[in-house]
Parts: sequence; C-alpha cells; structure tokens
Amino acid sequence: MRMPSPPLPKFLRPAPPRPGRNGPNGPNGPATAEPAAPPTRKEQAAEAGASAVGWLDERTGMSPFLRGFLYRKVPKGTNWYYTLGTATMFAFVSQAVTGVFLAMYYEPDATRAYESASRITNEVFLGELVRGMHKWGATVMIVLIFLHMGRVFVFGAYKYPRELNWIIGVVLLVLTLMMGLTGYLLPFDQRSFWATVVAVNLNASGPVIGPYLADFLRAGAEFGSTTIPRFYAIHMLLIPGLIAALIFAHLYLVTKLGTTAPPWLKATKKDLNKEEI
Amino acid sequence: VADSPSTNPEKKSRYTSGRGIAGAFEGETVTRRRFMEGTALAAGGVATAAFGLPALGFALGPVFEDTSPTRWQEVGSPDEFDDTNYVPRVINLVPEVGDPGKTTIYVRRFNPERDKVIKGQEPQPYVAISTRCTHVGCPVRYAQASQKFICPCHGGVYGFEGKNEGGPPVRPLDRFYTRVTAGRVEVGDRFSLNSQLERFAPRDPSNHLDGLWQYLYPSRPTT
Repeated sequence: MRMPSPPLPKFLRPAPPRPGRNGPNGPNGPATAEPAAPPTRKEQAAEAGASAVGWLDERTGMSPFLRGFLYRKVPKGTNWYYTLGTATMFAFVSQAVTGVFLAMYYEPDATRAYESASRITNEVFLGELVRGMHKWGATVMIVLIFLHMGRVFVFGAYKYPRELNWIIGVVLLVLTLMMGLTGYLLPFDQRSFWATVVAVNLNASGPVIGPYLADFLRAGAEFGSTTIPRFYAIHMLLIPGLIAALIFAHLYLVTKLGTTAPPWLKATKKDLNKEEI
Repeated sequence: VADSPSTNPEKKSRYTSGRGIAGAFEGETVTRRRFMEGTALAAGGVATAAFGLPALGFALGPVFEDTSPTRWQEVGSPDEFDDTNYVPRVINLVPEVGDPGKTTIYVRRFNPERDKVIKGQEPQPYVAISTRCTHVGCPVRYAQASQKFICPCHGGVYGFEGKNEGGPPVRPLDRFYTRVTAGRVEVGDRFSLNSQLERFAPRDPSNHLDGLWQYLYPSRPTT
C-alpha cells in the first residue's frame, strides 16, 4: 500500500545551492578564485538539524508517511468543528500524563487510598493542580466525546465508507465511560465508595451473568481488600491500553479515508471536473 | 534423471494433484512450507495460551471461590435485646479493609407470635437484619416511630419484618444467622429472603428471588 504523498510545502524544500557555494569553480558559481566564506553559527545549526532529521529519515523512511499524515488535503468547508476529535485526543493524552504522575503518590489499598489521595491534594507540591486536572479533565473528555460524536452525526460523516470508524468511536466511548466508573472509586471517600457499591449492584441486576459480573468487579461477594487494586489496574493499565490502540485505528482510518465536506456544501460541476479529488 | 516429472504423468501424486499444492513431492499431502507455517502458528498459539490462560484464570479466580469463611461475631448479651424493638449493632464483614468492611445491623429477639415460621426452616433465635438495601445496596435506617426501614437513596421502604413495602426494592432485607453461645448473642453468615420470608443463599441487591427469578439470579460460588 502506498500512502499518498503530496508535494513538500515550500518551507521544507531544500534551498537551491547559492552561486559559488560548491567551491571556487562550482557548477553554478562564478569562475572566481575567491574562497567560500566559512559557515556561520546559524548555518551550522541548521545543517546539524537537517542532518539529524536526515539520519532518522534515512533509517525509518518516515517522511512520506508523515507528509501524507500531516499535509493531507482536507475538503473545502473544513471548519473548527473538525477539531473536536483532536481535542478529545488531547484530553486523553492529558488524562494519561496526569494519571501517570498521580500514580506516583497514590496507594491502591483500602486502608491507605483515602489518605494518599488527600495527601496528593493537601501536601504534595502542585498535587492539587494535577489531581484537579485529572478530575476535571475526565469530565471535559466526556463532554468533548459527545460534541465530537454530535459533529460526526450531524455532518453525516458516519456514512459509507466510514461506518467502521463510527463503530470504533462507539467502543472508545464505552471504554471512556468505563474509565469514569473505575476511576470514581479511587479517591475512596464516602461518595466514591457508595457510588461504586451502587454501580456494582447495577451490574448485578443483569439476569444470569449479572451476579457473576458483580463478583468479578468486587473480586468476591463483598467489597474486599482486592477491590481497589482491581479497579486501579483496570483504570490505569487495561483500559488506557485499549483506548490508545483504538485511537491509532481511529486515526488510521481518518487518514486512509479522509474527512467529509460539510453537508451544506454541494459539489459543483467545476469541482467534479477537477482531476484531483 | 531418466524421467522428469513433467513428461511422466504417472509420478503425480493422487493426493496432491487435485489439491493445487504447488511444488509437492510424490505422496506429500502438505508442502514443507505449509507444514512449517502451521507449526509456527501452533507454537505461537501454545505459547500465548501458556501465559494467557493462567492470567485470565488469575483475574477470574475470585468469581469461583468463597474466600470469606464463616465468622461468628458477638453482638451482646441476650438481655440487651427484646422482641418488639430493633437494636443497632456494628459487625465487621471484611475485617482486612478497616472501616469500609463494617456494617450496621438491626437485631431483635425472635417473636413467636408475630414472626412467621417457615416450614422446614429452623427459625433463628434472633432476627438480625442487614442494612443493605435490596435495590442497589445503599444503607437503610430503622425509623422507630413508624417501625419502618427507610433507604435514603431512592426511597425504598421496608416493614417491621424487613419486607419491602414501597419504592424500588425487589425483595425483603437480608438477614444474618444468629445463635446464642455461652450467654452471648452471635451473628454469622448472611442469607437472603423471598417475599414469603423463605431462606435463600445470599444474593446481591437488585436480584429478585420470587418464582423463576431465583434461577435467573443464581446462587454464586462466592457466597
């Protein structure tokens, strides 16, 4: 499969050699014997950067892929609503980063969880900020998901051939809601404890498999010593991994299939006659 | 050397000729390449299963075992309880988690005139009512004046015997086994009741127990 590779934008193209740069008798230069001026610091720095990028590109062959991904064409009429998906992904990245650092101070143990969480808020340097970003960022992420979903729905961007991407998005939504459920327990105050009791019993209300599902979530018939570690592992290892993998699949399909024009733009005859689509 | 396969149709295997296996030798039912592919895939599958299945069992294990042994907990002497009023007591369901493992129960003496005796089920000497609402598990409170148990979350109401009388709860409040040992009242395992106050293995809140519901919400290995 070949990724599309539109031409390099102007600022990335190598500059043509300056006259005389190739030496005293360079191919394009004047035939003077004047020695070339030594490169300035700025030129040296630019050269070092370019050669580092070149080193990487020579060994990975990334540039056609990156060009196709970053400079792909978007349809006419693309507007700010098209950034909601990226905003959602940014919210996920922010949750992941703050979550990693919260994990450095949090203790997933029924007797220690509440104290360690309140220690993050009250004693750890910037702890209140990081925990606050994680807590409010969770809400922001849910809101952004629904706005993104609404945009895709209203613009009809879920239609053929993008149905699979809609399905992946729905799975991502469910996984994010599961993040909300498992993360809610972790501060382990009264509210999170009783909310989790209720949530687990809601799972138990499903016939036949419900009671077993509740036992799985609690790791037993009662809320026990392994319930918090279980929620914690699901919250910070299992689901984030799945979400990250599915975001890659989601983005791959966006790049592969392209985005849709807003529904109010109708294709004109002039557009249809154009060779490039 | 004398006969090349192309000129001698007799050398074509009857096993391979109809199967379109390119490059197969006489008598081969599978080429080496396909055999090696299959072997590599099978080896990968065995290796994945070798860590995947134990890991899955490790995560699912608690669903299939009862890790909490029966513990009889003392709640007082018999003269602290009568048969018309409930007395609140705190017992420890899961000692290793500290405060969250504790729960309030309401205890009174069995009242032979008021309480129904279920045929075939030995009546408990004391009625120890669990405060876990049978809707979704919020803690209920006993209101002495109205002799009702009331749930703060969604308005469930239970009568004096713990039978659900109003709101969303689906069955009466759970109870605990009781006994008197050496002059002390002791409380043991939880059990659930259907609307006739018949005894069942403990069920989660929200699980109906009447009629066929008891099979849709089965008794679990963990209890």
